[in-house]
Amino acid sequence: MSLQATMGDYQTKKTLETFGFLPPLSQQEIYDQIAYIIAQGWTPAIEHVHPSGTMDDYWTMWKLPFFGEQELGNVASELEACHRSYPDHHVRLTGYDSYTQSQGSCFVVFEGRA
Amino acid sequence: MSKKYDAGVKEYRDMYWTPDYVPLDTDLLACFKVTGQPGVPREEVAAAVAAESSTGTWSTVWSELLTDLEYYKGRAYRIEDVPGDNESFYAFVAYPIDLFEEGSIVNVLTSLVGNVFGFKALKHLRLEDIRFPIAYIKTCGGPPAGIQLERDRLNKYGRPLLGATIKPKLGLSAKNYGRAVYECLRGGLDMTKDDENVNSQPFMRWRDRFEFVGEAIQKAQQETGERKGHYLNVTASTPEEMYKRAEFAKEVGSPIMMHDFLTGGFTANTGLANWCRENGMLLHIHRAMHAVIDRHPKHGIHFRVLAKCLRLSGGDHLHTGTVVGKLEGDRQSTLGFVDQLRESFVPEDRSRGVFFDQDWGSMPGVFAVASGGIHVWHMPALVTIFGDDSMLQFGGGTQGHPWGNAAGACANRVAVEACVKARNEGRELEKEAREILTEAAQHSPELAIAMETWKEIKFEFETVDKLDT
Repeated sequence: MSLQATMGDYQTKKTLETFGFLPPLSQQEIYDQIAYIIAQGWTPAIEHVHPSGTMDDYWTMWKLPFFGEQELGNVASELEACHRSYPDHHVRLTGYDSYTQSQGSCFVVFEGRA
Repeated sequence: MSKKYDAGVKEYRDMYWTPDYVPLDTDLLACFKVTGQPGVPREEVAAAVAAESSTGTWSTVWSELLTDLEYYKGRAYRIEDVPGDNESFYAFVAYPIDLFEEGSIVNVLTSLVGNVFGFKALKHLRLEDIRFPIAYIKTCGGPPAGIQLERDRLNKYGRPLLGATIKPKLGLSAKNYGRAVYECLRGGLDMTKDDENVNSQPFMRWRDRFEFVGEAIQKAQQETGERKGHYLNVTASTPEEMYKRAEFAKEVGSPIMMHDFLTGGFTANTGLANWCRENGMLLHIHRAMHAVIDRHPKHGIHFRVLAKCLRLSGGDHLHTGTVVGKLEGDRQSTLGFVDQLRESFVPEDRSRGVFFDQDWGSMPGVFAVASGGIHVWHMPALVTIFGDDSMLQFGGGTQGHPWGNAAGACANRVAVEACVKARNEGRELEKEAREILTEAAQHSPELAIAMETWKEIKFEFETVDKLDT
């Protein structure tokens, strides 16, 4: 067999930054990441945007960041609620780190439809 | 020893050996590893180092009496044994802050590692560490952006960034070079890098390279929906030429450029860092020539000092070695200077070669860059060693993929994300490396092939510059 025949063709993908190259996360995997955010002492927050606005710095906040939240079930149900309200939108989960004034974690949980 | 030499040394000790001195918070402190000529007492050698790196001259001069040298002189205030070494010792020297021009790393180094390194009474001399007082740090510009601002500008959170140096390092035309950049970026790398010795050679002049690379960045951004960059090397033969290239790097739309801080020099580096800050550009710093200065365990300057100097002079990324790749680097020692790049306070820790508490105050942090002979199998160790605030650069480990740059980039991206996800889930990356990568490869033929390609490649040699234990 020729070399070309065994060589794959890499198709460029629209990816959404961190975890964009992994398969969609399962419910349990999402729970694990929420637990990590809470265990780091970060504040979970949810944002959403229509896929046409993916590259914008600011996505729309879903309520306020969940300051002091320790129950990962609450965060998971807010993610679901946001997704139900904006089924076409990307929905991402952020862990705000007030010490570094950065986001310790940020990844898209639900992908919208372009 | 000649008579004249003995006389000189005696004078040094009388004035510059002050074992009762308690260093001030504003003093700049230095730790030297000193190897004297045989037969010269330690105190005299230490005092000579303090004198020759501050106010001292070999002979007393009348004009000394017109000033207060007690105020301006450096002082050797402590001597310690070097573990496992009978020949050398550590000398601690305190310098009053007024010996140094504000915000000038050039001035600090000209004093501390100037003539004293050629002093005949010394066989070897190595500057192991400097404690910069917070008062001095506040006079330095530091990184043009810093870790936090870079993450916000590039929208990269919760993971190490991924890069690659474009290969072959020399000889490509500008258009072919831009092709290699585009392929890496569309495949999932965040940034690519000019090799350090790519400046503006006959086969590819800088202006042409910048134009084609600019197009590669824009196209990759549009197609992937992610933010991309390429470190356009603006290191040049004159500052004027460097700034001209910097202007054009901004014009073609790259968020970042690069400079070689040791071959280019601290004057050029500090100037370029200031320019980048004023122009909203990030600055990647390469360290060509460092091993000439820092690799010998008894002579030169330890890299932790050069790293501290770079953070003060200005840079958003600095190469630190990989620990696991093809280039020299002891793990504990590397962790010691990686902390100096990123943290706001680093406590003394001899097990990491850190000789002083170092308070960085509000100085922004610098990304640690791991580059050189690394591939996907190293990913679990790299994520563990360097953490999220790092830039992992796979040159051959991206572009050597059997399917090409884009697939190689994808393999690395899948691997880093799988490692971050697993770490966040509480798994031990280095212990479970094989399982984590194998699981991830089930969803990524690109990663599976990368793992097959590089499964046998290791770089296992003894480190030359070990920590003193």
